[in-house]
Amino acid sequence: MARAASTKQKVGFTIVAWIVALLLFFPILYTIITSVKTEPEAIAGFNLIPSGTFENYVTVQTQRDYFKPFMNSVILSVGSTILALIIAIPAAWSMAFSPTRRTKDILMWMLSTKMMPAVAVLVPIYLLFRDFGLLDTRLGLTAMLTLINLPIVVWMLYTYFREIPGEILEAARMDGASLWNEIVYVLTPMAIPGIASTLLLNVILAWNEAFWTIQLTTTNAAPLTAFIASFSSPQGLFWAKLSAASTLAIAPILILGWFSQKQLVRGLTFGAVK
Amino acid sequence: MGNITLKKVNKTFGATTVIPGIDLTIEDGEFVVFVGPSGCGKSTLLRLIAGLEDTSSGTIEIDGRDVTAEAPARRGLAMVFQSYALYPHMTVRNNIAFPLKMAKLDKGVIDKKVEDAARILNLTSYLDRRPGQLSGGQRQRVAIGRAIVREPSAFLFDEPLSNLDAALRGTMRLEISELHHQLKTTMIYVTHDQVEAMTMADKIVVLNAGNIEQVGSPLDLYNKPDNLFVAGFIGSPRMNFASGEVAKPYNCHTIGIRPEHLALSKTSGTWRGVVGVAEHLGADTFLHVNVEGIGQVTARAGGDFIVNHGDEIYLTPEEGRIHRFDEKGLAIR
Amino acid sequence: MATQNTKTLARAMLAPSVLLLLIWMIVPLAMTLWFSFQNYNLLNPANVSFAGFFNYQYFYTDPAFFASIWNTLLLVGGVLLITVVGGVAIALLLDQPIFGQGIVRILVISPFFVMPPVAALVWKNMIMHPGYGVLADINRFFGFQPVDWFGQYPLFSIIIIVAWQWLPFSTLILLTALQSLDGEQKEAAEMDGANFVNRFIYLTLPHLARAITVVILIQTIFLLGVYAEILVTTNGGPGNASTNLTFLIYRTARLSYDVGGGAAGGIIAVVLANIVAIFLMRAVGKNLDR
Repeated sequence: MARAASTKQKVGFTIVAWIVALLLFFPILYTIITSVKTEPEAIAGFNLIPSGTFENYVTVQTQRDYFKPFMNSVILSVGSTILALIIAIPAAWSMAFSPTRRTKDILMWMLSTKMMPAVAVLVPIYLLFRDFGLLDTRLGLTAMLTLINLPIVVWMLYTYFREIPGEILEAARMDGASLWNEIVYVLTPMAIPGIASTLLLNVILAWNEAFWTIQLTTTNAAPLTAFIASFSSPQGLFWAKLSAASTLAIAPILILGWFSQKQLVRGLTFGAVK
Repeated sequence: MGNITLKKVNKTFGATTVIPGIDLTIEDGEFVVFVGPSGCGKSTLLRLIAGLEDTSSGTIEIDGRDVTAEAPARRGLAMVFQSYALYPHMTVRNNIAFPLKMAKLDKGVIDKKVEDAARILNLTSYLDRRPGQLSGGQRQRVAIGRAIVREPSAFLFDEPLSNLDAALRGTMRLEISELHHQLKTTMIYVTHDQVEAMTMADKIVVLNAGNIEQVGSPLDLYNKPDNLFVAGFIGSPRMNFASGEVAKPYNCHTIGIRPEHLALSKTSGTWRGVVGVAEHLGADTFLHVNVEGIGQVTARAGGDFIVNHGDEIYLTPEEGRIHRFDEKGLAIR
Repeated sequence: MATQNTKTLARAMLAPSVLLLLIWMIVPLAMTLWFSFQNYNLLNPANVSFAGFFNYQYFYTDPAFFASIWNTLLLVGGVLLITVVGGVAIALLLDQPIFGQGIVRILVISPFFVMPPVAALVWKNMIMHPGYGVLADINRFFGFQPVDWFGQYPLFSIIIIVAWQWLPFSTLILLTALQSLDGEQKEAAEMDGANFVNRFIYLTLPHLARAITVVILIQTIFLLGVYAEILVTTNGGPGNASTNLTFLIYRTARLSYDVGGGAAGGIIAVVLANIVAIFLMRAVGKNLDR
């Protein structure tokens, strides 16, 4: 709008926008509401006002041992992210600060590995994991998640490192900083926000990964994705409990996600949209 | 202290030769300006002196010491970057203190030096702010402060005023010149603006495509340009050039005459022309005259000289102010 | 940082990533290729023999195979349609001045962060369930029979679920692109006499073309591999009605223990992905060069 919209227009848009937003959010909202209903309440029909009981959250832990898959999700997403960062930071660093003619090509190639359909390697990966005793292990799954997200982590770090103005590093050099000093006092403080953003996005992607985490686990290493998926057969009587489990499963990532909108755009559009 | 000598310095990037070969001597305490059009290699030359780029061949000496292979920090120079290159996550105080911290000086010594520099540059009240909270001019001063505390043999300025608005540029020009008088340290200053060059330099080095066209004091370059390039680059508005028939009486290929050295008359003169656009600046008026046989000629008139678009006018070049150039573009004296 | 010894250091820092991804690319794919020519079933592991193109032939003659390809295309196409059109619409809406912008944005992007199994279960049990789902309640309220979504419209139901999850992504990308449209351009167009519709067609849409292209490309990569939503809701059924290629290969390899078959399916999946990529690049690639 070239000039400030009239208040009437603004109210109009607001109403429409809120309706759309609430409609989209409704499934999540209703799940949260259902999680604090009793089981009979949950199947009694559409009702937005729950009784507000937390018994489901308690049951989910005591009866179903929710804690284990939750911890697995945490370990797998944080672990694979840290591992990916350890491998990716030097790579992104060297590409951002010592680029060669091949740098762009290598980056594109890395991103292209993400485009390979997972099913294409389902057979060999499954067999390899089985033969090496990696099936249903946190180690195996962490390695897997690291590999599949590595291209995105490298890419995101690369874009953040590139944004550090070269002149500031040169100034540090002229100010007498050795390479180590340059890294510690100038480069790292300026790179930390970018590394944090990348960490955030990758934790989200790893937590929600729902193919390999289901294929390669059974009980021990099963994270929340596999845990929830195991309830796919209809057992309507315990829907309130399932809502509680679902709410717990999505809550951390939902909140993290609210803070990572910018990172999402940067990480998943591979720089094509600014 | 700040004596810098370049011997046959050459720089190539891959297949492109940016600087074919430069010999240059900069005396201690001089304010030297590298000036030239975009891409002439002046920034590259500065960076070679700083050590931020390696020479492809040739030597650089500072105070008799060969520093060609030495890292920037060891050369005892300080640089003020075009974008200031301040550390965004550090306060002004820490920005200025950084080089001293790298030199592992005592905290007490560092504090004193930072405060001294801040005082000279009027930054004392900003010491605890971050660069993001400062204006362009203030950031400039912080960058200069960071350079001053190093007490270098020479200051290197890479187009420091380009990012400032016109009014601020004028003020900062004076401040930097004043600083030079105070510190008496060698300063090498890169700019594309010939006004900055003329007003600030002791010695100007005019560069074109990696080659030195001429080295001299501002007035030397103004009065005695060695070639067409320097003649056309120094002086604003540009010198007028004419070749062919017009140059014949002067025994050369091309003649040049500055707008300020043309006498104007409505009745008689050497050249006759028709007035085009007249630019009234108040104190001066610059007339763009279409002279028969030559083309567009710019002439300076006093602010009170009244002419209109389309008027007839006569221009007479001042004797002794006509520059003569041969076919190669070199000055004939 | 451009001197000789930093070059070697730089290469060393890059090596682990490149090496890992290279191995990740080559080894499993090569193994898949190898297995695809083998007669190998995990129920009978000792009996491994060279099968030639048998596995591929098997797929070719299996009606489930073509159904799965068709379903894959429908799924991807359907979700793309909903997310692009819906994404543009919602992005335009969110670009307007509204009260509570921040909260609206948060509500709109939330579905993207819900893990696929949860999304699928929530839609299956709470919304689409013919017994106590919300849609069933609405239908009954209006006097209609509740719809058995997963029974009658299995693929469509899955399209809805996946579209719900990806709509925020597309909206966010398009909104970002929309907000980068130069305000001065809009003003210039207004002065040139263009009304809202004209401005949309001649100014906004071309500007968004690049972002839409990116959205389509990125989403396609992920949509080809939809899996958890199908597993948790219909298991590919009824029959093969909601089986996409990924699910079919999963079924072949893991449920039928047919390694050879699963491998052949995997190779076909790679080929399909490449065909789709080439087709997409040709159709919309010109937008990316700008």
